[in-house]
Amino acid sequence: MTDGVPPDLQALGITKRFGPLVALKDVHFHLRSGQFHALLGENGAGKSTLVKCIMGYYHPDEGKLLLDQQPVTIRSPRDAQTFGIGMVYQQFTLIPNMTVLENLVISKAKLTSVINWQQEEQQLTQFMEKMPFKVSLSARVSSLAAGEKQKVEILKQLALRNRILILDEPTSVLTPQEADEVLGHLRAMTLAQQVSVLIITHKLREVAAFADEVTVLRKGQFVGSGNVSELNVSQMAEMMVGSEVTAKPKQRTVLSKKVPKLVLQDIRVKDDIGVEVVRGLHLTIHEGEIVGVAGVSGNGQRELVEILSGQRQTTSGTIRVQDQPFQPTREKIMRHKIFCLPEEPLQNTCVGRMTVAENLAFRNFDRQPHAVGGWLISRPALRQSAIALIERYNIKPPYPDTPIQSLSGGNIQRAVLARELSAEVEILIIANPCFGLDFLAMEEIRLQIVAARNHGTAVLLVSEDLDEILELSDRTVVMFNGQLVYETTSSGADLAIIGRHMTGHTT
Amino acid sequence: MEVGWWGVLIAVLGGAIRIGTPFLFVSLGECLTEKSGRINLGLEGTLVMGAMTGYAVSLHSGSPWLGVLCAGLAGMVLGALHSWLCSFQRVNDIAVGIAMMLFGTGLAFFLGKPYIQPSAPRLPSIDLGGWSDVPQLKAALQINALFLIGIVVAVVLGWMLKNTAWGLKVRVVGESADAARALGLPVDRIRILSTAQGGFLAGIGGSYLSLYYPFNWSEGLSSGQGLMAVALVIFARWQPVGCLWVSLLWGGAAALGPSLQSVGVTGGYYIFNAIPYIMTLAVMIITCSPRRTLVGVPHELTVTR
Repeated sequence: MTDGVPPDLQALGITKRFGPLVALKDVHFHLRSGQFHALLGENGAGKSTLVKCIMGYYHPDEGKLLLDQQPVTIRSPRDAQTFGIGMVYQQFTLIPNMTVLENLVISKAKLTSVINWQQEEQQLTQFMEKMPFKVSLSARVSSLAAGEKQKVEILKQLALRNRILILDEPTSVLTPQEADEVLGHLRAMTLAQQVSVLIITHKLREVAAFADEVTVLRKGQFVGSGNVSELNVSQMAEMMVGSEVTAKPKQRTVLSKKVPKLVLQDIRVKDDIGVEVVRGLHLTIHEGEIVGVAGVSGNGQRELVEILSGQRQTTSGTIRVQDQPFQPTREKIMRHKIFCLPEEPLQNTCVGRMTVAENLAFRNFDRQPHAVGGWLISRPALRQSAIALIERYNIKPPYPDTPIQSLSGGNIQRAVLARELSAEVEILIIANPCFGLDFLAMEEIRLQIVAARNHGTAVLLVSEDLDEILELSDRTVVMFNGQLVYETTSSGADLAIIGRHMTGHTT
Repeated sequence: MEVGWWGVLIAVLGGAIRIGTPFLFVSLGECLTEKSGRINLGLEGTLVMGAMTGYAVSLHSGSPWLGVLCAGLAGMVLGALHSWLCSFQRVNDIAVGIAMMLFGTGLAFFLGKPYIQPSAPRLPSIDLGGWSDVPQLKAALQINALFLIGIVVAVVLGWMLKNTAWGLKVRVVGESADAARALGLPVDRIRILSTAQGGFLAGIGGSYLSLYYPFNWSEGLSSGQGLMAVALVIFARWQPVGCLWVSLLWGGAAALGPSLQSVGVTGGYYIFNAIPYIMTLAVMIITCSPRRTLVGVPHELTVTR
């Protein structure tokens, strides 16, 4: 860990094509020894592709990689590891059913045929003592919070003696405090010349606070790079999204009356392994109001959305919709007009192999004009409605007969939103609507949500992205450990206080 | 009468060992297979094939132990065939398992026709009850060496899964094929080896049926032990040592009917005989809730994904 400085990594003129699509075009990038470098760009800008070229997942069509000024060829992630380059992925690669110790041991390149757990534990404990953060070795990974998992991933790379760490959106699942902690430790390690760090991010705040240098990509092209100390946030933002697009403030109408639409009382829900994850939740949402639920994932948000969409049952508590008890049957959903855009809509509310038109009709295929006499489906009518929705919601490609799974994430999101908003909507439940979308798609979806609110829809917005919640919602509540622990109006919100409640540190 | 009720208990314990041993081998085989992320329903066919092979080899060679070995090898071939078929893309292990079950039993019946009449040398038993002069106890303590071997296999398998590189790799492959590939592990090869080893154990279980208890070869020899193994493994929470206890429990349950009959309780004989199947059904119902997943289940199993 201490022998010499980390190597200097350079990528020169990298071009990568996927068929006719040019994912990267002549991109330059230089990670100097012991630096904290940020790779900044929108979703789809080519950041991940560039990093995958470095890691050996992809092989660039043009250009070369230099390690300490020597040209190298990296064929596979294993290869990358022999050069001391390790990556922490956005989706954790840890095995949830195993302990931290087992996970760290299994990642070693060479395993002895009989594992001496005592010795391994001793060695890793010693190793951990030199590290800035600690994780209990005996803990099961499934019981760790996202921040802890992230730390284990980083420790895993360090235990493999990698000197260049690449982190793909490392803070996307962390609270602001956790993010600051993890990045702060990485920063300290770069200052001590122990490692070089490259993070992929679109969060300007983190770049400004922690990085030495930044490289910006846009639509697969190199836009610029420079020392963070010489750039300000708005310059970086402009480099990232281009000058033509900026987030427009959303027009909001204020309704005079406060009519409660959705009332949750003392809701309790168990998760898949029988643990109570929603423990006595109370929430009221009024007409024309967006209530944002902030929180670290895994605090019961998923289950909360699932009970409202009818995918899970409560163990106790009452749900009242417009002052009537609610059970998520098809009939009641239609009567109360309560619709839902859950996270990962392709898996959660679409049938991937069915066509766009069929998926768009899930809510009303058995009604006029789609069903003749209530039982015979009229394909022409189905197609016609689909074509109208495709045009109105700008779904691409605009073909109603393609399987929905062949659409991009943003377009699937648009399609599901189109389906859920196509009729009159009284209550809308949304979870992480913009996860993995590019800037324009994100703006469109958010405009649609605010438009629905302005029409009087009561919106429950569950999101891991705090900025999104603060931008969209009228009221923000924080969910921790299955309960709502804090409430604030979004205009008066204090990030630090919200963050503390997200982690349960309220004193 | 008092001795009679003790007799029932002793007979149940003896039956637990005698009837539980094939359950033990086949559930250990299933356990190892499932740990690597696949379900092998073909073990029912493997069991029958093992029984036929063991009986035939014992008859021709005069050595029942050679029969046991060959039964294991036959099971290994069937297991390898199952996992090889499953390693093709979009091939479902449950469907292949059902096909293998029919294939294994069909092949065994076809090849086993000449062995229904002749009598093969039997596996010897170890007499642990010599110190006692209660005849029931003596009978119950007539134990086959395969049972003792099964205990050793259960303990060693449990230890290996936890403490060896091989065991850790099997578990990683069973928990997450993606993570395994990221670690550079050959997912298909590990699964093929695990399933083949599982087949070996199930084959041995089959030879116990034909060479020790009930000691014959006929088409009705197996009574669903290979399929019930799936439920046993669930009940054992995918722990090999757990498989030992669960097998004894099922063996004991199966022995209840005959034991009661021996003291003159003949009412409900068929109901008592159905107890193992009822227990299997109960395990499946209790553990299969749409609202919760099982603790300890390997994540790659298709039924849980």
